[in-house]
Order: sequence, then C-alpha cells, then structure tokens
Amino acid sequence: MTLQNPSVRRSLAVTVAVSAAFGLSACNRASTTDTGSSGGGGEATVGVTLITKDSTNPFFVAMQKGAKADAAKNNVKLTVASGKQEGDDQGQITAIEDAIARGDKGILITPMSDGVNAAIKKARDAKLFVIALDTPPDPADTVDITFATDNRSAGKLDGEWAAAQLDGKPAVIALLDLFSDKIVSVDYNRDQGFLEGMGIDVADGKKNGDEAKTGKYTGGKGGDYTIVCNEASNGAEDGGRTAMEKCLAKNPNINLVYTINEPAAVGANAALKAANKTALIVSVDGGCAGVDSVKSGVIGATAQQYPLKMATLGMEAIAKIARGGEAPKVTEGLDFFDTGVALVTDKKADGVDSISSEEGAKICWGN
Amino acid sequence: MTTEVTSAAAEFARRQQSPLQRVQHQLHGRPWLSPLFLLFVAFVSFFIATPTFLTPSSMGILLQQTAVVAALAVGQTLVILTAGIDLSVGAVMVLSMMVMATLSRDDGMPGILGLAIGLLLATGAGALNGLLVTRINLPPFIVTLGTLSIFTAIALLYSGGESIQANHLPDLLNFLGQGFGIGSFRLTWGIVLVILIYAVIGFVLSQTAWGRYVYAVGDDPESARLSGVPSKRILLAVYTVAGLIYGLAAWILIGRAGAATPNAFPDANLASITAVVIGGTSLFGGRGRLVGTLIGALIVQTLQFGLSQMGVDQQWRVLATGILVIIAVAVDQWIRKVKA
Repeated sequence: MTLQNPSVRRSLAVTVAVSAAFGLSACNRASTTDTGSSGGGGEATVGVTLITKDSTNPFFVAMQKGAKADAAKNNVKLTVASGKQEGDDQGQITAIEDAIARGDKGILITPMSDGVNAAIKKARDAKLFVIALDTPPDPADTVDITFATDNRSAGKLDGEWAAAQLDGKPAVIALLDLFSDKIVSVDYNRDQGFLEGMGIDVADGKKNGDEAKTGKYTGGKGGDYTIVCNEASNGAEDGGRTAMEKCLAKNPNINLVYTINEPAAVGANAALKAANKTALIVSVDGGCAGVDSVKSGVIGATAQQYPLKMATLGMEAIAKIARGGEAPKVTEGLDFFDTGVALVTDKKADGVDSISSEEGAKICWGN
Repeated sequence: MTTEVTSAAAEFARRQQSPLQRVQHQLHGRPWLSPLFLLFVAFVSFFIATPTFLTPSSMGILLQQTAVVAALAVGQTLVILTAGIDLSVGAVMVLSMMVMATLSRDDGMPGILGLAIGLLLATGAGALNGLLVTRINLPPFIVTLGTLSIFTAIALLYSGGESIQANHLPDLLNFLGQGFGIGSFRLTWGIVLVILIYAVIGFVLSQTAWGRYVYAVGDDPESARLSGVPSKRILLAVYTVAGLIYGLAAWILIGRAGAATPNAFPDANLASITAVVIGGTSLFGGRGRLVGTLIGALIVQTLQFGLSQMGVDQQWRVLATGILVIIAVAVDQWIRKVKA
C-alpha cells in the first residue's frame, strides 16, 4: 500500500475533510474548557466531576439533576459519570482517571466499594479535592471530606415522633433493617437512632438487635415496649413484605414498624394490609415517592435526606477551593459534613420538629 | 517483465471498478484497515475538539484504560475465530483474580505461588469450556453461559464477597500496575504484557500451522476435519489458551484497580466482544486479524475517553459506542460482499 494508490489517497483526503468537520463543530465546546488557573479568586470556570454508583437509582438521579442545574450558576463545568451498575468498580475508576486527565479541580463521588480507593488516592495525589457523597468510604480518610445525611439523627426523629404518637400506650415494635449478613453504618445508625429516639437503651450503639427485648421506653409519655423482631428487608418492597410477614407471624399485635427506607415501608404496609392489621410505620429517605406514601397515610413519618444538596454543596465547595477559598470543615461532633434532615409527617407531634407532606413534596430530595 | 504485465492487468481491472469498489477491495484484503481509519478519525477529531486529549499523560491513561479489555479480547478473538463465543470471559478473570489475591494476601503464600495457581485455575477453567464444547458437543454460547454463572458463583463463594486491598497483597501481584515513563507519559508493566500477548498470539495465528488450523476450523469445520485438521484438539487448545489469557488479564486488573474485588468489571464480556467485532473479526468465524482487535479495543476506549474529555455525559458515550458497533458490522458485511 503506497500513496500512489488512488484509493489510499482518496481515503486520506476524506479523513482530513471529516476530521475538519468534526473538529470545527467541537471547537466551541473546547473553548469553554478553561479549567481556570487564575489564582485571583475570579470567576474562572472550574471543572468538577460527579461520579455516582449508577445512573438509575432515583437517589443518584436527583444528585445528577441538582448538580447539573447548579453548575451553570457557579460557573462550573460539570461532567457526570457513574458505574454502569452497582458493583462496577471499573467504571468509577475510569471516570476518576478521566477527571484527572481533564484537569478537573475536584471529584464528587459515592464510592462503589473500597475497590476504588486506589484511584481516589491517585486523584488526590494529582491535587484534586475529593468529596464523598452520601456514605463515607472505608476508611473515611480516603477522601478529603464526606457530605452526608446524619443517619443517626434521622432515625432519632422517627423514634421521638413515634413515642409521642403512642401517648403512653405499650409499643410492640418490628424493626425492618437493611441487611442481616453484613454490617453497614447506615443500617445500625438508623435503627439504633430510632431506638434512642424512642428512649430505649440500645446496649452497643453499633450493633442491631442486642437490646433487651422488653422493657420501658422513656420517649413521649413513656410506657412498656416489646421488640418483636429484627428482620432484613434489603431495602426493597418485596424484602420489606417478607420481613413484615415473618414479624407478624411471631407477634400479630405489632403496632409500630421501623423501616430502613420507604420501599421497605411500602412492602411492610402490604403485609399488614394482607393480614388486616394496622400499625404506625416510620421510615427514612424522603424521596418524592416516599413523601407521597406519607400523604396517602401508608407511612406515618419519614426522615427526609437531601442528596441534591449533597451534590450542590459539594460542588460549590470545590469551586470555592479552586478559586482560592477555604476547604469545607466537618460538622461539629461528627466526622462528616451534615447536609441536614427533616421529619416529614402530617400528624405533628409535640416537641418534634417536622414539616408537612406538602412541604416535603416540594423539596423531596431537593427537587 | 512479468511484474509489468501483471500490474498492467491489475491496472486494467482497477479501471473497470468504481472508486467505491476499489475501497471495498482494499478493505477486503485488509480487514483491519477500516477500524484503523476510524481510529485515526477519532484521534484527529478529539485532538481538535479538546485540549486535554492528545497530551502525553492522557495517552498514558488511555492505554491503561484499554489494557484489561485488550487482553481479554485476545482470548475472545481466538474463540470467535473458531465461530464460537465466550461469555465467561469476565467470570474466569474474576475467579482467577480472587484466588490469586486470597491465596497470597498478607503473606498467606508467596506471591509467585498465588499467581501461578491463579493462572493455572484460569487455564483449567478455559479447558473446561473447551471440553464441554468438544466432548459433549454443546454450542459455545450455552457452555459459556453456564460457566459464566458457575465461575461467578465460585468466585463469590470463595472470596466471601470480600474485596482485598493492594496493601494486603505481595508486590508481585501489584507489579503490573506500576510503570515507567518519559515525562508525564506513563506506561504500566500491564500494558507491556498486553503488547507481548498480542505479539505472541498474533505471530502464532498468522505464521504457524496451528494458526491456520484455527482459521480453518472456524471457516468450515467439516472441510477442515476432512482435510485432516484435528478440529477438536484445536478447539480445546483455543479455549485453554483463552483461559490462560483471562488469567493474565486478572493479574493486570489487580495492578490497575489497586484491589481485587469479586464484582469488578461486570461489563467485561460485552466489552471484549465489542472490541473483537469493531476490529473486523467475523462473528461467523474464520475471518479476522488480531491487530484488528487491538485497534477495536483502542477505538472504543478512545471514543469513551475523548468524549469524556469533552465533558459529554456518560449516557451519550454509551450511545455512541452502540452506534459504532452497528456501523462497524455493517461495513464488515459490505466488505464481505466484494466481487472476486
């Protein structure tokens, strides 16, 4: 094959023409990619990458949506990436490397697993500011800082509200947790927070299910309590239903159900309905569907988180640092930056701050 | 003298062809030419589009991102050349990776031994695929669909679902993630190993009798058998060698990720098939070149990396890859229709 060959020469000409066309249309984009080396704290564009676990979980969708809306306001050039599915470490690692190559100033990431720790370290070595969203990585100091919900205080709000609603009556409690085979912080923080809110001694605060099965709760007017079960729901509707069925089989008089999240609560409600029973259900998450469940009376109260706020506050923090500002600090008494939580309920309880389902719907996950 | 005559005849034949037919002819003789052209277009486009694309450090990263898929795609190419398909690529790799890492974590076993056992296991897994295909005469799709689940489950059971960080592993297992470089252009030893694999397998395929047999088996197994090709032995060898290569990919992946995780790289099967297909190897077997696969893997990664550097969101990048696959196969079909 030589250049004398007409077909080769022609294909070369086509190449150049096509490339030029491609390039010209892309040029405008490129000119906005000024990653801002000016140190004067001006309004130079700052590159930030948001990396979620997947791009279909509503929680992450909310994050992406919020971050995109906020990017223009802050003169941030935002790139959104994610693993293809839960467990896709490789996808997150690639996204981290892309961010480094692009010259981004920081990364917001919900780390898939500790399999991405090495890549995060690479990014920090390259002077990118890395913020974990939603869950701190293991170990927590893998990233610069974590922006997350205080799950313990979320659970506490549920417990305080439930105790007030019981008004001194005995509490027969079902605890629908996340997992039974592995220990994750979100699981014990919410569960144990709920019991603390009820005014029940939790024994080891990092362990589900080791508290006394019967005794007195001190929240609200106080009274007797019985813990019927700790069942895993896997945070899903079907898991919630199965778990609740098991609990009802142990004790049909359950009148208070704590659920790790709203899908589990919906499943628990289905099981109660099928058994022709009613119970107070409390939950955590505050997604739009969850708030809707509060409005329709399926869930009594839910503690609302703000994933969108995690993303936007994180992005603003990176923009600030890139323009010479200070790095964010952890919330006092916690090892992360608390993005806040609010209890959503239409049955207000004395001494427990809450917002109505209508208000909750307006800001569900920050929409 | 004779050359003049032939070239004159060739020139005459060429004049009778339309320009498009001439391109078609060129591509038919060199199936890797169209992917190479595509790669070239992508490079020039991204070079113009974004300032961070064609920098030495970016090129290093691009190669690192390509390494694992490119390695897996060698095994996949071998299998596809025999008109088979391997859906257990990722599963064999992960199983081998978890065994290597678990055996040699925190001085459990010298790294060299853990590595050797991991590679042996991968080779054995490949051989099992080969045996099921050749002895029980099951279609490769079914065999590897089954072993995909089996190997994945064993990897999860064996590792207990737990990932192992690099700092608990011997240096040898992390070795392929380390590298060398000129300035900001950094290559890892993993990339070097991938190039070696391509060189060796490429040589074997194009220069040895064994390589010709592989093509023959894929092209028409019956006539291959009748002309004395030991089809079953060739098939068994192909799956076994593929297994070994997936084991090497496992080693590369540990270095690259800095950890061994039981659910790493869920996309490995499709990514390897994509690279092979875009590289011009026919899914019907018997036709294709290893160099095409390398170019195919590079195209996919270049597209992903380049679009990412432009700040294009991920869903659009995935969409672009899908379009690329269809165009590549359409072009391949067109080339195959060439008039003799």
